[in-house]
Amino acid sequence: MKLSVSAKIGMVMLAVFVVLGVFGPWLAPYDVGTRGIDLAHRFEGSSGAHLFGTDSTGRDTLSQLLFGARSALQISLIVVAISAAVGLTLGAVAGWFGGAVDEVLMRVVDVLMAFPGILLNIAIVATVAEPGLGIMIAALCANGWVGYARVARGQVLALRERDYVKAAIALGAGDARVIGRHLVPNLMAPALVQMTFGFGGVILVEASLSFLGLGPQVDYTWGAMLDQARTFLWKSEWVKLYTLVPGLAILWVVLAANLLGDGLRDWLDPRQRGRG
Amino acid sequence: MAVDVSSLGSFLLRRLGSGALAVLGVSILAFSFLHIVPGDPVDHLAGGEATPAQRAQIEQCMGLDRSLPMQFVHFLGDIADGSLGHQCPDPKGKPTVAARIAEVFPHTAELALAGMLVAVIFALPLGIVAAIRRGSWIDTLATTASLSGIAIPQMMFAPMLVFLFFVTLGWFPGPTETGLAALVLPAFAVGTHLMAMLARMTRSSMVEVLGEDYVRTARAKGLPERQVLLVHALRNALLPVITVAGLQFGSLLSGAIVIERVFSRPGLGTTLLDAILERNYPVVQGCVFVIALVYITINVLVDLAYGLVDPRIRRA
Repeated sequence: MKLSVSAKIGMVMLAVFVVLGVFGPWLAPYDVGTRGIDLAHRFEGSSGAHLFGTDSTGRDTLSQLLFGARSALQISLIVVAISAAVGLTLGAVAGWFGGAVDEVLMRVVDVLMAFPGILLNIAIVATVAEPGLGIMIAALCANGWVGYARVARGQVLALRERDYVKAAIALGAGDARVIGRHLVPNLMAPALVQMTFGFGGVILVEASLSFLGLGPQVDYTWGAMLDQARTFLWKSEWVKLYTLVPGLAILWVVLAANLLGDGLRDWLDPRQRGRG
Repeated sequence: MAVDVSSLGSFLLRRLGSGALAVLGVSILAFSFLHIVPGDPVDHLAGGEATPAQRAQIEQCMGLDRSLPMQFVHFLGDIADGSLGHQCPDPKGKPTVAARIAEVFPHTAELALAGMLVAVIFALPLGIVAAIRRGSWIDTLATTASLSGIAIPQMMFAPMLVFLFFVTLGWFPGPTETGLAALVLPAFAVGTHLMAMLARMTRSSMVEVLGEDYVRTARAKGLPERQVLLVHALRNALLPVITVAGLQFGSLLSGAIVIERVFSRPGLGTTLLDAILERNYPVVQGCVFVIALVYITINVLVDLAYGLVDPRIRRA
């Protein structure tokens, strides 16, 4: 079976984002720091000099978008990598050993799930005096691992009952060998799907936190741009453009991740085909 | 159909028990949060020029002069007497934490209800029709719309609603206004994301159920298609949808913080965020407790409803 068309579209869209995220800051025509400030050209619309106009201090919107892409890419990659590594390990271990280990993990999951995710993230960011990149990543990972742990645990519980796993145990294979040779390879597919969806989710939450002023303290994250737009809501012509640019960028990435995630899930698990 | 009372009773007890355990866990978390945060909470309230006597008074007011276990017992006492604690340094002059939360909660509740209503009204028909007419243009439309609805950031969607329906068309009141009409735009802003999720859920659940043997049997015995769809398919298909809707309602009831920000609405989420930024710890504790309580209660209710509708769950 081949990957669906929509999944391929998602993949291409995601690739565009990754390329812009990696090379964006070098492609950006203007500086986004204090050197980019140009008070003579504030609140401008689209023009030859500034494709997407300028912000409230005259900085180039396109350049902010490109720098913001780097920031978004960095944060989501790190958060997804850490969350997946921690969650998959914990979930697999809990599912495999069961008993007290499993019980403790599931109670921790219960408490973390007993509270809306974004408010937990906010509370964690607020533990430091100055919000920033590091604490935001920590906050996003603090509950980000839960989804992966649940996937891994469920998968391992099912795999334990499979004949080939039982056979391996009967032949005297140790825990490490069974986990490494039989469980991990089978976990890869659902983990990959979860990571793809997770990537989009992190972009959204990260933008929300930056929008609330709890992200890295720079003006060019997509969330911070949307927050700036909100502060000047009365300048409606300018605000429309300045809202749409980062807003559509977020939409682009999240949509891409969801399209690809749906496609991968169907592709890797044909029983799910067409249910999306 | 007879309901097995004893199994239902033990299911209820088990669910309530684990719910209570989670509330206790979250209140311990909320309590310890204050002691994890670096910096002295007294500094924030006292300001730079406080005399040692003033500082001692604030410390006493906040209960910080007691031992940790005593402080926790005191917090539990505040929960028991319904005040959820007092705002220092002036506990008499300022409302209790419970009063401050009670003031904003109606705003949060009305937005949650309205958002939920918007979501359900549009999501169910959309999901059902898409599932029945699978592969048709309406299915493509519904699937695309729900994917976009999930991916669109509220920070963009909400201002766009304001521009279109308040600034340009003038159909509905904009931010900071009050009244029922002013609820329309925030409700749509909140409801769209939820609608997208529920429509997707309804569609996939309905598609799955339509492939079941009992649906084929119902058709084979010559039941009218309408009855097959509504009685046999929809009832079963709605179970997972109810679960997701319930969970989402719980999270709406804890405050749609981004929408509150865009529309300058008061609410539980904003109160918590403000309290965190002001380092007003009694209010943080109180909000965390109330949010967790609401969230867990809704989860338990959803589970119970599920258990009532589907006897298989009770034995699990």
